[in-house]
Amino acid sequence: MKKIIAGLLLILCLAVLSGCHGRLVSQEGADTGNAKIPEKFDESQKIELVFWAKNDTNKVQTAVYTQAIKDFEAMYPNVTINLRLYADYSRIFADVITNIATQTTPNVCITYPDHIATYMTGQNVVLPMDEWMEDSRYGLGGSELRFDAPRQEEIVPEFLNECVLSGHTYAMPYMRSTEALYVNEDMVRRLGYELPDTVTWDFVWEVSEKAMEKNEDGTFKINGQKVMIPFIYKSTDNMMITMLKQLDAPYSTDNGEVLLFNDTTKGLLEDIYTHAKSRAFSTFAISSYPGNFLNAGQCIFAVDSTAGATWMGSEAPMMDIEAEQVVPFSIRVLPIPQFKPETPKMISQGPSICIFNKEDPQVVLASWLFTQYLLSNKVQLGYAETEGYLPVTLKAQKSPEYIEYLSRKGEDDDHYAVKIEASELLQRHTSDTFVTPVFNGSASLRSAAGQLIESTAKSARRKEKMSDAYIEKLYASMNSLFQLDQIEVKPAKKVTFGELPAEAKTLLIVIPCVWLVIGVSSLWAGMQKNRKKQK
Amino acid sequence: MKKILCLVLALSLALCAALALAESEFPEVELMTYKQYAEAEVDDPVYVETYVQATQSWWDNKITVYGQSEDGAIFIYNMTCTEEDAAKLVPGTKIAVKGYKAEWAGEVEIAEGATFEIVEGDPFIAKAADVTDLLGKDELVSHQNELVSFKGLTVEAYDETGAAFAYKNAENKTDDLYFKVSKDGQVYDFCVEFYLCGNDTDVYKAVEALKVGDVIDVEGFLYWYNGANPHITSVTKAE
Repeated sequence: MKKIIAGLLLILCLAVLSGCHGRLVSQEGADTGNAKIPEKFDESQKIELVFWAKNDTNKVQTAVYTQAIKDFEAMYPNVTINLRLYADYSRIFADVITNIATQTTPNVCITYPDHIATYMTGQNVVLPMDEWMEDSRYGLGGSELRFDAPRQEEIVPEFLNECVLSGHTYAMPYMRSTEALYVNEDMVRRLGYELPDTVTWDFVWEVSEKAMEKNEDGTFKINGQKVMIPFIYKSTDNMMITMLKQLDAPYSTDNGEVLLFNDTTKGLLEDIYTHAKSRAFSTFAISSYPGNFLNAGQCIFAVDSTAGATWMGSEAPMMDIEAEQVVPFSIRVLPIPQFKPETPKMISQGPSICIFNKEDPQVVLASWLFTQYLLSNKVQLGYAETEGYLPVTLKAQKSPEYIEYLSRKGEDDDHYAVKIEASELLQRHTSDTFVTPVFNGSASLRSAAGQLIESTAKSARRKEKMSDAYIEKLYASMNSLFQLDQIEVKPAKKVTFGELPAEAKTLLIVIPCVWLVIGVSSLWAGMQKNRKKQK
Repeated sequence: MKKILCLVLALSLALCAALALAESEFPEVELMTYKQYAEAEVDDPVYVETYVQATQSWWDNKITVYGQSEDGAIFIYNMTCTEEDAAKLVPGTKIAVKGYKAEWAGEVEIAEGATFEIVEGDPFIAKAADVTDLLGKDELVSHQNELVSFKGLTVEAYDETGAAFAYKNAENKTDDLYFKVSKDGQVYDFCVEFYLCGNDTDVYKAVEALKVGDVIDVEGFLYWYNGANPHITSVTKAE
């Protein structure tokens, strides 16, 4: 009986130990697809396309899409396009994944390269566009197009390169934005500081801490209100990724090796913990939209997308708080805080367009033509001007219409100064932008990067202690939560396990000890037997 | 010897279990009364019982719950919940929730990631409190998250187009509906939260049928977003 119990316990131990490792997934590289360009676009064939897109709850953006569809259908009367709009990219991602399984993906989809990398784990799901781009008839700027499309060299090279995955172009950039630091300059001055053209992280932390001084009645000295969160960062994913990039610290390799959990990250989290604890720093997830606090005079430094510029500033055309809550102030639009201001680095973000492979090459060609149409000046300018986006083609950026648009900065709401300054910021800093490596699992890694900051900030506010053990535990839980130890590392099939959980380590020590005890015990029993025999 | 062996293995298992549990540790908190919950500071751990009044649609192992007892209401945002358990959270169900108190754009809630267990007990369904007279007054916030009613409101044009309501996603009608109402010259923003009342519900259809100038009675949960922003569950023509 005792033998059985010991055996069962041993099996249970081994089962627990094996559970600590997680699942290993090894998949072959994505298929490069096989849709070929037809000789000719068959205009006698009725084609119905499905186009999934996101609108930033902005009616004008919806209008740009519907107008683009209408114009395209007029040029190609045999094509009908059904638009489906989503409120956020994660829902598009989830729906595409579901529809890959049932082979009911849309034809054209606005998405992020991170997501495309996941779509590509299915065979021939996403169309590689390389040959299509170069086709002299239907390729970029091709002879048979019925509209003025950009040539390949007229697409901003940095943005086009972001769409290259595993050596192939799997998307076209659609719009680009970056993050900007929106600053209440009046408050910075009142606190005794002058705002440089590019601020450092140290500057932001120092001013933010100073803004936490209170009056005897509990209100903040800087604004006389009960609420003040000097520094709010909207996307903590971007915050961590950008801080690491600025410090040349590891995040991931191009082939999917996760390097996020390192000592530089630990140092950054320790700093963030300090400022979250003093309540000088908060995040969107914890407190809500930075712009609302900025416009209410309750925030000095708000980091948000340039694509959200119309919500920033006391004169902003889009406003989420009551007019009586708005406190007038002079606003500056600056690059996000930097560790090395002389070599600024900021993230490039914004949607791209991918095409899903279909059996009928005519349908794929129609999808490709529509994708190109979304890069034409009319669509690019129409959409970019709805927010602080930058058109992705040099053709649009250099067009007289766009130059005139920029020159009218501050004239009216359509030319809201903050919005145009946000676009100009990205135009000026295009070569300072970066993107992170894209692979199946990179979207999870992004989320984990942000969650490190969210968890740290929440822990600071909840009075949990910061320590090496805290960081170690945080790393382990993020690794597990986002299944980062299951990411396939290409091409050498190297798999990173991350650090073993504490229980696994314990068992690894205990089990050899137990075997040692069993060995010694058997030896001892044998010796006793021999002695008895000898007697 | 075998006894020692068994003991070592059992202890190692216990140690592993303890370490695993430590990863999901939550501070020791006594079960609170609603009053204690209401008095807790933002970011404090809380452990409180409430009764489910409604839920938003389950997604990705999370569910948002509108809870209320006779003492007061609690909004529980993205509570950790399996799809199987979500089916058990029917109106009236008593639950005990562990999480952290939070405030987001003025909405006081239990933050994302709270855990819960279903508690045996008679169901409780709240009756809507008529707070019409508190519209525009500071006292309204004391009813935050409760099921409330407003009577005799006049539908106002939502925007410059003169429409009586607006879709967050006009193309597909797969998102929230917004409309504005007035009372005594003041205008207020109301919302039909899509994940609470989708486009197949009576209230969604009733709002789609509204005309500027209609006088209506409404019921809903008194959600807060930079001010009162009720999530409406019922719209009827005022008597």
